[in-house]
Amino acid sequence: MPNYIQFTKKMKKDYTVLIPNMLPVHFDLIARVMRNYGIRAEVLHTTGPQIGERGLKYVHNDTCYPAILVIGQFIDAIESGKYDPRKVALVLFQTGGGCRASNYISLLRKALERAGYGYVPVISFSLAGIEKHSGFKTTLGMLHRMLYAVTYGDLLMTLSAQTKPYETNKGDAERLAESWSRRLAEEMGRRKLSYRRVIKNYRAIVGDFASIPKAMSSKPKVGIVGEIFVKFSPLGNNNLEDFLLSEGAEPVVPGLFDFCMYCVCNGIFDKELYGIGPIKALFSQAAYRFLLNKQRDLINVIKEEGSFRPITPFDEVVSLAEGFISYGVKMGEGWLLTAEMLELYHMGAEGVVCTQPFGCLPNHICGKGMMKPLKEAYPDLNIIAIDYDAGASAVNQQNRIKLMLAGLRRDDTTKTEKTSESNFSPELSESKL
Amino acid sequence: MNKYTLGIDIGSTTAKLALVKDGELLVSRYERHLSRVREKTLELISDMVNEYGDKLGSESVGIALSGSAGLGLAEAAGIPFVQEVAATTELVRRRYPDANAVIELGGEDAKIIFFDKGIDERMNGSCAGGTGAFIDQMATLLDVTVEQLDEMSLRARRIYPIASRCGVFAKTDVQPLLNQGAAKEDIAASIYQAVVNQTIAGLAQGRKIGGRVLFLGGPLHFCAGLRRRFMETLKLSDDEALLPEEALCSVALGAALYATENGVCMTLSELRDKVASSGKSASTVSTLPPLFASKIEYEEFAERHARATAPTREAESYSGKAYLGVDCGSTTTKLILLSENKEILYSFYASNRGDPVDVIREQLIKIYDLCGDRIRICGSAATGYGEELIKHAFGVDLGVVETIAHYTAAQYFMPNVEFILDIGGQDIKCFRIRKGAIDSIMLNEACSSGCGSFIETFAKNMGYSAKEFAEIGLFAERPVNLGSRCTVFMNSSVKQAQKDGAEAEDISAGLSVSVVKNALYKVIRATSPEELGENVVVQGGTFMNDAVLRAFERELGRDVVRPAIAGLMGAYGAALRSMKLTESSLIKRESLDSFEHTSKAVVCKGCQNHCRLTVNRFSTGKSFISGNRCEKGLNGGKSIGSEDVPNLYEFKRKRITSLSYAADDGGDDTNKTRGTIGIPLALGVYETAPLWHGIFTSLGYRVVLSGMSTRATYEKGQFTIPSDTACYPAKLMHGHVAELCERGVDAIFYPCLTYNVKEEGSSNHYNCPVVAYYSELLAGNLECLGREDGDGGTRFFYPYLNVNSKRALTSELYKALGGRNSGLTRAQVRRAVNKGFEEYNEYMSAVRMEGERALDYARAAGRRVMILAGRPYHIDEEICHGVDKLAESLGFVVVSEDSVAHLAEAPHVRVLNQWTYHSRLYKAAAYAVAHPDTELVQLVSFGCGVDAITTDEVRRILEEGGKVSTQIKIDEITNLGAVKIRLRSLLAAIEK
Repeated sequence: MPNYIQFTKKMKKDYTVLIPNMLPVHFDLIARVMRNYGIRAEVLHTTGPQIGERGLKYVHNDTCYPAILVIGQFIDAIESGKYDPRKVALVLFQTGGGCRASNYISLLRKALERAGYGYVPVISFSLAGIEKHSGFKTTLGMLHRMLYAVTYGDLLMTLSAQTKPYETNKGDAERLAESWSRRLAEEMGRRKLSYRRVIKNYRAIVGDFASIPKAMSSKPKVGIVGEIFVKFSPLGNNNLEDFLLSEGAEPVVPGLFDFCMYCVCNGIFDKELYGIGPIKALFSQAAYRFLLNKQRDLINVIKEEGSFRPITPFDEVVSLAEGFISYGVKMGEGWLLTAEMLELYHMGAEGVVCTQPFGCLPNHICGKGMMKPLKEAYPDLNIIAIDYDAGASAVNQQNRIKLMLAGLRRDDTTKTEKTSESNFSPELSESKL
Repeated sequence: MNKYTLGIDIGSTTAKLALVKDGELLVSRYERHLSRVREKTLELISDMVNEYGDKLGSESVGIALSGSAGLGLAEAAGIPFVQEVAATTELVRRRYPDANAVIELGGEDAKIIFFDKGIDERMNGSCAGGTGAFIDQMATLLDVTVEQLDEMSLRARRIYPIASRCGVFAKTDVQPLLNQGAAKEDIAASIYQAVVNQTIAGLAQGRKIGGRVLFLGGPLHFCAGLRRRFMETLKLSDDEALLPEEALCSVALGAALYATENGVCMTLSELRDKVASSGKSASTVSTLPPLFASKIEYEEFAERHARATAPTREAESYSGKAYLGVDCGSTTTKLILLSENKEILYSFYASNRGDPVDVIREQLIKIYDLCGDRIRICGSAATGYGEELIKHAFGVDLGVVETIAHYTAAQYFMPNVEFILDIGGQDIKCFRIRKGAIDSIMLNEACSSGCGSFIETFAKNMGYSAKEFAEIGLFAERPVNLGSRCTVFMNSSVKQAQKDGAEAEDISAGLSVSVVKNALYKVIRATSPEELGENVVVQGGTFMNDAVLRAFERELGRDVVRPAIAGLMGAYGAALRSMKLTESSLIKRESLDSFEHTSKAVVCKGCQNHCRLTVNRFSTGKSFISGNRCEKGLNGGKSIGSEDVPNLYEFKRKRITSLSYAADDGGDDTNKTRGTIGIPLALGVYETAPLWHGIFTSLGYRVVLSGMSTRATYEKGQFTIPSDTACYPAKLMHGHVAELCERGVDAIFYPCLTYNVKEEGSSNHYNCPVVAYYSELLAGNLECLGREDGDGGTRFFYPYLNVNSKRALTSELYKALGGRNSGLTRAQVRRAVNKGFEEYNEYMSAVRMEGERALDYARAAGRRVMILAGRPYHIDEEICHGVDKLAESLGFVVVSEDSVAHLAEAPHVRVLNQWTYHSRLYKAAAYAVAHPDTELVQLVSFGCGVDAITTDEVRRILEEGGKVSTQIKIDEITNLGAVKIRLRSLLAAIEK
């Protein structure tokens, strides 16, 4: 009796399953894992103003910008003529929760109906198992592989972000990341999963990036945090990373793994705060430990090699929020957003751009609402909030970011060398979890 | 290092140049560039070359560029760019080292820089337009020059509250003031005050501006009145408010100083050549196909539309009966005189120059003179925003609801009309007609006013008249794709297009398309032409612009009818409606010469609302009072009608406010109290107050609730709001907490509730993120609050609680109160929680019972029921602006969504039904559908993200059930005029 169109086993054979583009590298790998499991998945790499326009036409204009883009991208793809609309299914990732973002699936279905594609099945990909689709089953094996899609993705993203601003031959890092991403995708399609192999790949990747010739210069590090879609997606944030690079800064973007860990954590906090879901909390505890170990292995590989700034261990990230915001704030990016701003500060980022869709509800609190207390605690922290929207112009956004960068440069000349090393020794909060 | 440096600042509206020698300003220039950035810059540089070329000879000059519109040129010409705020900082650091802060207003930007404790530079976000361009717009609205506006403001006697978030909102406030006849002097000062409040609230965000403050930028340089408002608000003495001579070109000067070390070196003539040859940068702007492919296509189009005319007749050749229609719109006034055979004898369309009464007086004299003895006016009708005012001033016979007037007129041109779209100067109105009655009305909300005056303002900024601007757009080759958003965003989109080298004609055509898209997708929310029906009539002044008309037909993919009198339809409809009359009470010719109109502002003392009334007196002896939310004050404090008409909003207000502890309550032994707990009456507390009251009084605390919100509540907390896009109910929270701190309570309590109370019929029971976690924001942003450990400030107590399990609530609360150290036992807390739930359940069932009583009452009395559906906090009079009372005065019995939700089954909804408050909306809508005498009007707070989801669903439920769907967007604006038109239209529609 589900009131949605199921993605059936029969459809699995000849339907193309489209995935919206949030993080190119990660999602390509995830699609590859899905193909492994017989789902003909494909990530949309389309760009252009028509995407936003499609979205504005079929989604209530006051809805958050990511919904407008994601849904616009789907409908644009269906109408592009590249696919047979009768042989296409769409997949959206869903975490559930009190943010209006949990409604993307419903909004997408409504939009499809209005556009005349009501028959296109929409698959909800969620760990919470909000919906059932016989043709799309998330198994543990699949999730396990996807986990490495995320860690690989984060690793490639982090290393190329640290290489790009300094590389002697423009484009080296980009090319290397692309070739690795192809190689990893291929490998994920072929091989049986072997963790030794994964670690070996980590090492090879770090080694390859380290050998890219770089000019030693110091550039201000500017962190990017925010609502997950506009934070990561160049389509959502008007190519923010490229802009920062062109302005002579080094963009630093905390990875997707953190967000996954954050979702797991909330299962634990729910039990602590409200006494709900004791069994879920146990599973979450186990998952948390498992994931933390996986992350530690990755960090160790980066540390071993020694030429890159390692990813901050998630338990450290968690402990940073303490005293600023409660772990009960779990809608949207919740406390993680605040924690990430602090993480960036402590790892030496001179400035932070906090991105959010115009009128983003959780970010009123955990983004903009936390800036004053954070600045009070750390007066040399520079944060700027930038709203993204279908109508907001890039000039306006860039001008404000330029202002922040101008401030950083001035600080640079007036201040004595600021150590980029973290002078912060976090207490591991494992006990609390 | 260079002896000479040159700074160039190209802002959104002006270009500035400053030539500096050894750090001293030699000469500066300041001119409007009318969006011809490169040409104007070149001109200014050429002037500089002519003047100083000989003197400087081959000496090279250090050059730097700045300004929001200068980036493109800097890139194209290879000149170093310095961000404009950074340039100002540069200037101040070098020349005014003792300044504590800078306030700089530009054409479209506002900036504040603090210099104490390190430099802190702030700039307005993307949703904040109250700057130079805004002052220009307001001057246009008042039909004065900026100089006159400034001069008038100095003579003001009072300040009206004007929404200070963005220009569009402020306009919505100014318009009714004008129409109500408020003094222009007062409005001028109020406009400035709005700019001041916005700058301080939006940028300083609680940081105090004091010490020596520098005022920079064009608006602050030119407008003494604006400076005065800033000085009074910030309490600055004359010595503390500094207005440097170079305020106008401060950024250019800053850029010149920056150029000393960082500029590129060349001679002035080299610079001129470089700028001249930089040409247009490669355009990256996205474009649309031209509106007309050829002249022939245009001619066909023009010919087709020329056919939709109304017959006219020379008044001189007519004698007999005539009928007058007056449409007193928000910016324009329209009049039509019809003959008995519906021929137009006279028509008038012009700006109301901020004084519609005077315009109409002049016109009436003209009409009477035209009529002579031959023509007798037998009927007259008024419509539009100023309907009531005009009716009273001139003894007009009928008042016609705007929507009905337009429908009547449209029917004349297309008897089977199914859809009417009217884009006027300030508003967009659309209505769908089904079975001869208006069944759906959509109006643009405060934030999407991309209407006529918007194109006009752009035209003016670019140096065109509105007409010329429209004409050049018709044949633009590459119209710019500007998207479909509100004015403020549009400004920046246009800026970007200009930066990318778009021509004026491309922008004109692009704006026309934007206006159309805005109406279609944002107001009508249509996805296909079929939704509008076969027969569409478009009207309103904006459609007189052929570019807009063409864009609309293009977007819709079908032809529409635009009556030749598109701008006069309201007046035409009103005149048609007055044809049923035989005798008119219209003011006589004799009285017009001596006609006088005075207006006075008073504060109504009828209730604690303290409405600011405008009392208009006319020499005819009549008077008209506006600005009132209810009818009470108009009748010497007595309420009209009987007191016991149920009004659930009033009922809930009384119940909730009565919970607060009052010193004269008696029976409470002071020695026994454990202290006073203050609870801000805002957001979720409007419903959970009984629960907390029960718990804390049972534990021996006194519970004090902050009062109902007023404008003053908002103002009290305004400067601590970190996110200007949050909803008004959340913003009010700041004032409530500040008020409690002032009252000296021992602790303030507002818990974090991720989950609300579970009710039947929804899949989950969340609160929205703002209601759930606003405490976190308050704790971090309000100075008057201490952290939970109580260091400085009032103790703020915001535990995370689960209100769905008494057990969990008990243990969490016990822990939060300090556990064993609290001097309380777990059993005491358990009993208190039980007591709390008793009170809460009692309250909720009282609301439901009162709801049923109201329904019974309405049915017994044969009255219509209105479910005014919102959230618990919408009962606050400052949030709902007295809409409940307005509805009551129109004859409705008002009930709330939570008082009737239990009477209906949860309908099927296509979205995730996971918020407690919102699931009641769906049920209430289902109830309305099932009962013919019940209508539902949804209140939507601006910025409510969740309502972006619910409104479409509520509308669908209502429309599928054959009901008229009405949604009213509310914010800090207090313009009830528009709401009244909607509710009256609703009434007219259901009565048909």
